[in-house]
Amino acid sequence: MEKKKKRLVMRTAILAVLAGLVMYTLYTNVTKESRGILEEGDEAPDFVLKDVNGQTHQLSDYKGRGVFLNFWGTWCEPCKKEMPHMEKLAKEYKGQVEIVAVNVGESDFQVENFAKQYGLTFPMAIDTGKEVMDTYGVDPLPTTFMIKPDGTIDQIVIGGLVQEEQVRALFERVKPSS
Amino acid sequence: MGKVKCECGRVNPNGTILCESCGRALTEKAKQDKLVDMRYEGSARRSQTYNKTLIDKVWNFFSSVKVGIWIIVLLLVAASFGTILPQEFYIPSNVPPETYYEDVYGTFGKLYYLIGFHDLYNSLWFSALVAALGVSLVIASLDRVVPLYRALKNQRVDRHETFMKKQRLFAEREGTLQRAEWQRVKEALEKKKYKVRMENGALLAEKNRFTRWGPYVNHVGLIIFLLGALLRSVPGMYIDELLWIREGETLQVPGTNGEYYVKNNGFTLENYQAGEDPEVFNEAINRVGTVAKNYQTDAVLYKNENNELPGASPKLEEVQRDAIQVNQPMKFGQFAVYQTSFRQDEMKAMHFALTNKETGEEFGEIVVDLFDQQASYDLGGGYKVELLGYYPDFDGFTQEGEPTSKSPLPNNPAFLFNMITPQTPEGEVSFAQIRNTMEPLGETTFKMAFKSLDTRDVSALTIRKDLTLPVLAAGGLIFMIGVIQGSYWNHRRLWVREKNGQVYAAGHTNKNWHGLKRDIEAVLEGTTIPRPEDRQKE
Repeated sequence: MEKKKKRLVMRTAILAVLAGLVMYTLYTNVTKESRGILEEGDEAPDFVLKDVNGQTHQLSDYKGRGVFLNFWGTWCEPCKKEMPHMEKLAKEYKGQVEIVAVNVGESDFQVENFAKQYGLTFPMAIDTGKEVMDTYGVDPLPTTFMIKPDGTIDQIVIGGLVQEEQVRALFERVKPSS
Repeated sequence: MGKVKCECGRVNPNGTILCESCGRALTEKAKQDKLVDMRYEGSARRSQTYNKTLIDKVWNFFSSVKVGIWIIVLLLVAASFGTILPQEFYIPSNVPPETYYEDVYGTFGKLYYLIGFHDLYNSLWFSALVAALGVSLVIASLDRVVPLYRALKNQRVDRHETFMKKQRLFAEREGTLQRAEWQRVKEALEKKKYKVRMENGALLAEKNRFTRWGPYVNHVGLIIFLLGALLRSVPGMYIDELLWIREGETLQVPGTNGEYYVKNNGFTLENYQAGEDPEVFNEAINRVGTVAKNYQTDAVLYKNENNELPGASPKLEEVQRDAIQVNQPMKFGQFAVYQTSFRQDEMKAMHFALTNKETGEEFGEIVVDLFDQQASYDLGGGYKVELLGYYPDFDGFTQEGEPTSKSPLPNNPAFLFNMITPQTPEGEVSFAQIRNTMEPLGETTFKMAFKSLDTRDVSALTIRKDLTLPVLAAGGLIFMIGVIQGSYWNHRRLWVREKNGQVYAAGHTNKNWHGLKRDIEAVLEGTTIPRPEDRQKE
């Protein structure tokens, strides 16, 4: 009797170990594609970038305020459409929600020219080595990460924000509550 | 459920065919058989005994060799389906697989895609089949090796005569044996490297028992191999990245978390030259035109000393310089960087001359770097060119007349220049492309004439790290050891027993019966022990 019980325990243990290994393999295989990609609720990874004026911007400096982190390129049509809304609301929400516009590695001239053409005054950082872009797993442009005052991601918006009201709704979500 | 008690007093596990100790047949079938089945020494395959709980049922399922073979067959058949059409990994990356298979292979292709055969080897069910094979290997091996080990460890020297009678090699005669005969056969056996035990008028000689473990060692190797394959999906164990790097560029090495940077100091493609290179190449050169001799990227590897935050300007310390050629990777740490592909003559910079349209007189040349433009280019003497816009992949004009670019890559660069000269201090606007200028805001006196183009090559490097290789190698080695262990030796046994005025002799081996017969013949020389005969003629 004693022996039979021992055998059952043994078999259960071996099967459990094997089942664990199999589960782990299947799980990692299934999640291989999405591994390392940020999701809503995750901590927004810190980064530091220089803007076209040579000023340094570090994400963690904006703790306590909401951040509208926007990845864009000068050739991207929807980026051109949403920039004026962003400019308008950046002024309105000054001190509450900050815009960090990350250009995906174009030249200073192109970025400056773009800012001048659309009259943009918020900081334009250039991600020369595309490191920040890789860290955030950005593929299509524009992609916007709405970051809450506590540094977590509230929402990830892929694609252009055509209406000013869309942008305003995002600003409202991440502005500090007080 | 009961144990089986043998007449000799040994209590055997339920399901035992031959008593672990004396070798008497315990089942009705074994009692009636003329020869005993010596597989697993007639021990109880554990799974056949208990079948009560779910755990036992699962265990028994995977313990079955029949099930194991079915899994292998299913795997082979399934794997073959993946070879009918190219896998998703191999189709051009610029077309979506949803349409590719249907477009290229028609309805069959569409079906192939819908069933999921386009990514078969990563599919859940294929992984599950491989996993089932792994589980089957572990359980089926355990279920056999433990009882076999027990049976061989517990075997008695004086086996029951019914056991001996049912061996394939057997002989008996009436009479007794002299002490000197026992001694003689013992010495002869020991000379042949047999381990000899003598008890109660019985002798057991045995050699190469370890060869019986060969198949199990082999399975351990296979399991380690599968574990190694499993390790690939563990983050950090396996990295395979591609990096396109232009000549002169310094880029982060993907997969190293920003720790390393690599610089491309130049890409070279050399072809074999008729006349210069050995004659053997001449025929091929004549037939196909060019034969590549070398693809090479001269690379410098840097370590980034300022790798705390993404985006921070790197502080680079040179680590090494290397010429990366096909099959000659640059190695550092656990990484190897391979030459994979290239693209020649990508546009780098364009030369324009400020030219008077009528006289053709030139007032200086400007060089516009396609990756780093200036807002204005001063030519001196009151001549200046301002850059109003840059469109790297010019795609036409919007309805408002604004030039657009369809990508950030300089595939079709176009520029909007403002030309300031002493004659035109206000400036004249010219839209310039390669070999084409336009005057969007009215006719101009001057134009930006395209002069020449600077190009450079782009090299593609593969960055690879594989920490699973040692595990795979260990698995393969153990696998081979198991094969050799099981193949090149035979487990040979000889039993001699004297009981109640009868002398019995029996022999058994797991393979190569001829070898055993020769051994027996030699050691029984000069004794009255009956020569065991082969009762199963091939």
